[in-house]
Amino acid sequence: MPDGAATVLDVKGLKTIFRTRSGEVHAVNSVSFDLKPGELLGVVGESGSGKSVTMMSLIGLLPSPPAEVRDGQVLFDELDLLKCTEEQLRAVRGARIGFIFQDPMTSLNPVFNVGFQIMEPLRKHMGMDKKRAADRAVELLELVGIPDARRRLRDYPHQFSGGMRQRVMIAIALACDPKVLIADEPTTALDVTIQAQIIELIKELREKLGMAIVWITHDLGVIAGIADRVLVMYGGQVVEHAPVKELFANPQHPYTRALLETIPHVRGERAARLNVIEGQPPIMHAPPAACPFSARCPVSFDRCTQENPPRYPVGNGHDVACFWDPATGEPRHA
Amino acid sequence: MLDAPNSGKKLVEVQGLKMHFPIYAGLFKTRVGEVKAVDGVSFHIYERETLGLVGESGCGKSTCGRAILRLYEPTDGSIRIDGEEIAKAGPDRLRQMRPTMQMVFQDPQASLNPRMTVAGIIGEPLDEHAKLSKREKLERIYELMDAVGLNRNFANRYPHEFSGGQRQRIGIARALALNPKFIVCDEPIAALDVSIQAQVVNLLEDLQEQFGLTYLFISHDLSMVRHIADRVAVMYLGQIAELAPRDPLYETPLHPYTQALLSAVPEPDPREETRRTRILLKGDVPSPSNPPRGCNFCTRCPQVMDICSREEPEFREVQPGRYVACHLYNETTTTAGQTAASEAQSA
Repeated sequence: MPDGAATVLDVKGLKTIFRTRSGEVHAVNSVSFDLKPGELLGVVGESGSGKSVTMMSLIGLLPSPPAEVRDGQVLFDELDLLKCTEEQLRAVRGARIGFIFQDPMTSLNPVFNVGFQIMEPLRKHMGMDKKRAADRAVELLELVGIPDARRRLRDYPHQFSGGMRQRVMIAIALACDPKVLIADEPTTALDVTIQAQIIELIKELREKLGMAIVWITHDLGVIAGIADRVLVMYGGQVVEHAPVKELFANPQHPYTRALLETIPHVRGERAARLNVIEGQPPIMHAPPAACPFSARCPVSFDRCTQENPPRYPVGNGHDVACFWDPATGEPRHA
Repeated sequence: MLDAPNSGKKLVEVQGLKMHFPIYAGLFKTRVGEVKAVDGVSFHIYERETLGLVGESGCGKSTCGRAILRLYEPTDGSIRIDGEEIAKAGPDRLRQMRPTMQMVFQDPQASLNPRMTVAGIIGEPLDEHAKLSKREKLERIYELMDAVGLNRNFANRYPHEFSGGQRQRIGIARALALNPKFIVCDEPIAALDVSIQAQVVNLLEDLQEQFGLTYLFISHDLSMVRHIADRVAVMYLGQIAELAPRDPLYETPLHPYTQALLSAVPEPDPREETRRTRILLKGDVPSPSNPPRGCNFCTRCPQVMDICSREEPEFREVQPGRYVACHLYNETTTTAGQTAASEAQSA
């Protein structure tokens, strides 16, 4: 998707499999996307769609075995992250690429105080001494809106509430001024009112610091409010990719359309009955020989079960992996 | 689903329900305080109606649901189900009441015994409470599996062989086994994927119509509650802040907490999202072992007044069918309150 602006992260044909007792599971199949500086890319999908595994694969966070990144290229800062040594990767992770995980309780270490955990990347990656790191840690905690920051450095994770813990996680991820921030369901474990606080915070920080963000979520509402562009994933593949307004106004893939129709709304008209996507998401035991959605798709036809559709560009930076064209209501001629 | 509050028979009546859990500390484990998980909750549910109970984690909504079914020993209050007082019923009487009231749990993984087959799980309440021959029992199990959309051929499989949505169907079939009148659904869809949630919610609606069930639907998902509930109660820190029929509650929420809660829910529409202003609440929910004096929302309320930190607001009917616990709606200040509500709407 050439678009003038340089990219900070360029992922091509990423394939990740897991070796399990019941055979291989193809969790990520030829996923390609790019990320521009300062942009927020939303990644939506249900559990098992491969959205988290994709991001974990990028920076070598998956335990191998059972995981194996089988193919692909991940260009970041003139490095191919998939070809890097563990040492090179360690210099990238936590420094130039920051990570926020879903559950702030399990991703903070309960036996170290939060000051230590924020200072750790500062001392490792930026070579700061203890005093400077502590000052910077206070700055960071203030940045993410934790009151009385200096005193709280000595507190342990269990002394913070869920929303506050997530703020600490964000402070750690931002510690070394990353170019790219990967946020994996950062608000899923939080209550809606706290979620609203964190979303506002990240919006604000993004304007202030200008990093690019990948935001993984299953919540289309969250995506609508913050993303510039969206990837919709299903069965380990990108099934649709579009600028956020375009995606919601003009969804092309039957899965995206069904997903938008199946969720109830808190405002506006109330549907008497929810639309249902019948069936279950697939578990990919083999490289996909057909469209992964074909079994649940209301418009699938012969070709869908024989071939895996490529991503067809449909204009405006919008592409969709589907043989069916909703504009004509007929199979695509391409 | 029946939209209008019907016939008017109250199947469930809860008065002043309190559920306090003691906190023990120190060498001799002395009682040093209590967590007021549910602190004086009153509501009723009409027959064949769905009452949605919403709130954030820790507000006491699940505890409330469990206490109503006497899965806990309530500290205080009265619970009448189908005319029977059960808050103080003895074990024998309670056991006779059990078939009337059932529960569907949040996590279908944890609430199904992994060593029992589907037929065993669904059949267990029948063993306990019904006298059926082996054949009759199997017939009933098949009937229930059909009702919830499970394939009869899977009767001898184990829970781990099913997906999350199907496991929830097993849990629902078990709850239906004894022809209950009242079912507490405790976050029945929270553990499920978006595309599966709709399947389970539609099933619950179909079953309600088919068997004339009454639901207490506990959830933190405000949009799903709007879909399934006839009336909605909003809980905050162990108390009900507001209770109203669904449409008025979502269209013109009265309590500042309800207003903030609804405004925090993101809308899956980017145009709408850029236009909308959120009411952002400051800070976190206070601890239920030490709730603030006065109104329990006064520490975070954007419209807080002097009186709020002094006096606890009364939970009262301010419009027909609409209950709210807030000083904005005291008789003397009613007009101020209504302006506040309409302002929040236009914002």
